[in-house]
Amino acid sequence: MVPISYYLGLSAALFISGVAGFLLKRNIITIFMSIELMLNAVNLSFVAFAAQLHNLNGQVFVFFVMVVAAAEAAVGLAIIIAVYRTRNTLNVDQVDLLKL
Amino acid sequence: MELLLFWVFAAICIGGALNLLAQKHPINSALSLVVVMASLAVEYLLLGAEFVAAVQVIIYAGAIMVLFIFVIMLLNAGEEPHGGKTSMVAKLVGIPALAILAVMLVWSLGTQAGGSVAVAGAEPGPPQVIARLLFNDFLLPFEVTSVLVLIAIMGAVVLAAPLKPHHAEQILEHLKSGGQN
Repeated sequence: MVPISYYLGLSAALFISGVAGFLLKRNIITIFMSIELMLNAVNLSFVAFAAQLHNLNGQVFVFFVMVVAAAEAAVGLAIIIAVYRTRNTLNVDQVDLLKL
Repeated sequence: MELLLFWVFAAICIGGALNLLAQKHPINSALSLVVVMASLAVEYLLLGAEFVAAVQVIIYAGAIMVLFIFVIMLLNAGEEPHGGKTSMVAKLVGIPALAILAVMLVWSLGTQAGGSVAVAGAEPGPPQVIARLLFNDFLLPFEVTSVLVLIAIMGAVVLAAPLKPHHAEQILEHLKSGGQN
């Protein structure tokens, strides 16, 4: 039997490393993977609370999060391909036309 | 036994996440993300969520990561350049914000969740029950997600379609005349 706080701690650690990757990495694909890591961290806390409260709605929510993540990955990677075609770079610091 | 499995796969999970941050090449990051997702599937099994574990392996570790690796190889993405040219905003705002977030999460977990000793054991969440929930209580959201996926497919096709030649020339000319970049 594992206390729920362990699962929440693991979830928090994964979320923090996702945020760190989002802020520190400069490759747009790696930044996108950090977002997926954060989504996974949130999914873990959903499932942990679903198990603790004996309520399966949490698992259904995880299913929806996964569907949205799949849609987001498809569209986001298409955008990355479009950006690479026009700018010929994957570095987010060089995609700065909207910057003042 | 469960505790041992939890610690082993939590260690693998966090190791994979840190490896994702440490690696310079995106393909290494993608593969360590696969490790994170696979070990998270084991954690879901420990929580009695067989359906979620299976979907995690099939959709996340399967479909989404294949898409990522496909794009990395399609674009022939190389290593990130060495020499920390991290942007100033990330250094000045991001890292303090990250530290604050970490402290807040640790503090809130330590004070609140730490007090509740209720255990999350393997309570069975069989796929039949989830299917009944999904197709009764959550029928409308389920149908909406199918529309969402359809829109995402069309959007991906439109966005990733090759540029028409005159359009590409326009963009190139605009970039040249715009000058700065």
